[in-house]
Amino acid sequence: MATLLEVRGLTTHFFTDEGTVEAVDDVSFSVEEGEIVGVVGESGCGKSVSALSVLRLVPDPPGKIVTGEVIFDNQNLLELSDSEMRKIRGNRIGMIFQEPMTSLNPVLTVGKQITEVLELHLKMSKGTALERAQDLLDMVGIPDPKSHLSDYPHQMSGGMRQRVMIAMAISCNPRLIIADEPTTALDVTIQAQILELMQRLSEELGTAMIIITHNLGIVARYAERVVVMYAGNVVEDGTSRQIYYNSRHPYTLGLLDSVPRLDDSEGTSLRPIDGLPPDLIGVGAGCKFSPRCPYAIEKCVSDTPSLKTLSGMENHHRSRCWRAEDIVDMTIQTSIGEQFG
Amino acid sequence: MVESSSKNRTLLEVRNLKTYFPVTSGVIFQRKVAEVKAVDDVSLNIGRGEVLGLVGESGSGKTTLGRTILQLQPATSGDVIFDGVRLNDLSNKELRSIRRRMQVIFQDPYGSLNPRMTCGDIIGEPLNVHNLAKTPREYDDRVADLLETVGLNPFMADRYPHEFSGGQRQRIGIARSLAVNPEFIVCDEPVSALDVSIQAQIINLLEELKERLKLTYLFIAHDLSVVRHISDRVAVMYLGHIVEIASWQELYKNPLHPYTQALLSAIPIPDPDLEMNRDRIILQGELPSPTNPPIGCVFHTRCPVMIDECKAEMPALMEVESNHWVACIRASGYVRGVPV
Repeated sequence: MATLLEVRGLTTHFFTDEGTVEAVDDVSFSVEEGEIVGVVGESGCGKSVSALSVLRLVPDPPGKIVTGEVIFDNQNLLELSDSEMRKIRGNRIGMIFQEPMTSLNPVLTVGKQITEVLELHLKMSKGTALERAQDLLDMVGIPDPKSHLSDYPHQMSGGMRQRVMIAMAISCNPRLIIADEPTTALDVTIQAQILELMQRLSEELGTAMIIITHNLGIVARYAERVVVMYAGNVVEDGTSRQIYYNSRHPYTLGLLDSVPRLDDSEGTSLRPIDGLPPDLIGVGAGCKFSPRCPYAIEKCVSDTPSLKTLSGMENHHRSRCWRAEDIVDMTIQTSIGEQFG
Repeated sequence: MVESSSKNRTLLEVRNLKTYFPVTSGVIFQRKVAEVKAVDDVSLNIGRGEVLGLVGESGSGKTTLGRTILQLQPATSGDVIFDGVRLNDLSNKELRSIRRRMQVIFQDPYGSLNPRMTCGDIIGEPLNVHNLAKTPREYDDRVADLLETVGLNPFMADRYPHEFSGGQRQRIGIARSLAVNPEFIVCDEPVSALDVSIQAQIINLLEELKERLKLTYLFIAHDLSVVRHISDRVAVMYLGHIVEIASWQELYKNPLHPYTQALLSAIPIPDPDLEMNRDRIILQGELPSPTNPPIGCVFHTRCPVMIDECKAEMPALMEVESNHWVACIRASGYVRGVPV
């Protein structure tokens, strides 16, 4: 498979009165043609800002992409002019945001909002655009699409609005869709409907997807590869099996231990990660996870680790940890320690 | 009545509880045009020291049920009996002494704390309301003690809510509810607004407090994987009705109501290999409006195993296996069931 998107050393800062917030710091990851990549992390880890930076939608001021490259289809998006970028956004890269109520225009009908995209990017006439809009609503599972074209967003439920957002995102046959917490505002049964729909469309249309979420279950179910973020950094990335069964970063391990699972056996207690994520203003040297890390050594506090491919990994599996190579043995040791302690 | 699985004496009993909200039309001469049946004929028991989990999607009436139990919302009909006392017709004064024994923890750690009060004052306010601290010294000691109980530092008493993180704020909310030494706490989605690593801290804290202070919880949440960690029994709610109640192990291994089955299968498990082989039941359609609920079984419009009889009437909750109650005529063993 060919690489569709490659993000290298992306760094986005917010310049505020209180200081510079290093929201995204040296983020690198890639997306292959047609694959689903999950980006996971907790609030404030920089996953949304990374996505906005890829699309160049970071509010400036106060935000600014300081350095890095975003290679999409052999083009560095950060070097394009604003008008060239507008031709890519919504056309070759589709977007789905968390809040379907605020990301749709409340005073335009759903039909108008979809046809607008088609007329602008694909230069369709009003009539063909309207027909295509109807097909799109049908594709995303909206019953009786013709009558819903004249609905306003407030007349629809949250799940329906998210379907409209998806229809808009796929309207121009994009190569890549970036979905930022697409189901966080929805109920579980509706969440399942929307994610199944997205997976089906990705397969049928061959569209690659980046699903940004805090939910490790969603990633396990739908993503082929996973990028884990913490405090503005990518701390680990690899295939979902590598991340879930053979993680080499203490944060990922901690996260997996602290998530309540439906299939936990009786009496398992959750093991939370102690402490809080760091403030991203004036970050010093050292690994940002070291204050909460059970495996931290002196080097972790003094030197900043970089994202390195693990030795002996034929598929790339990278970890930003000084002790990535020792972690396997250590997790075994701690669990034995707990049994006897 | 639905018996609690444990041998504990019943602390809270809810019988045929209904909470309807009128939908009115007109500005001066308001007339009732419809009713939202937020809670419709719910019966349940909670034993002393037990944790009953209550799950359902938004609009299922779980929060209204919690509020009606606490008498924060008057019931349309039915009984709420707390430790042998029927709460529905108590005066405000009589309620106040009962409220000392039942408390609530809210979902939103941002909206439920007064931003103009220090953390110490927020926690100490219930002590003043109920005259529980005789001297200023006693007051300060109690506040410091409560802060330590929930894992915060006593010196933080002088700080304001905005100086705390979401998880710490939820700890303040917990400390406030513990101030009056309650026996029963309604936890209304206490971890939904928090990040995963912080969620686990709060769930563990609530579990530990329950053991240490011998508390009884009604734990409301929309996420079954959270509920299971703390609950002895779980009740599943759909559109104002409880459709299934069982112990967690029973509910997970042997869900009988098609809604419970769909709900369980909709929750992804963080395990890629397991997910690959799991059956997924994807429900069609969305939750119908509670103003105009479907006639017959409320779930029949989305139910994958619906038959014509389902459109006739809402099935009653029946005990089909020991301590496993379900309201579905298609559930195996339903006819053999013992009525509520």
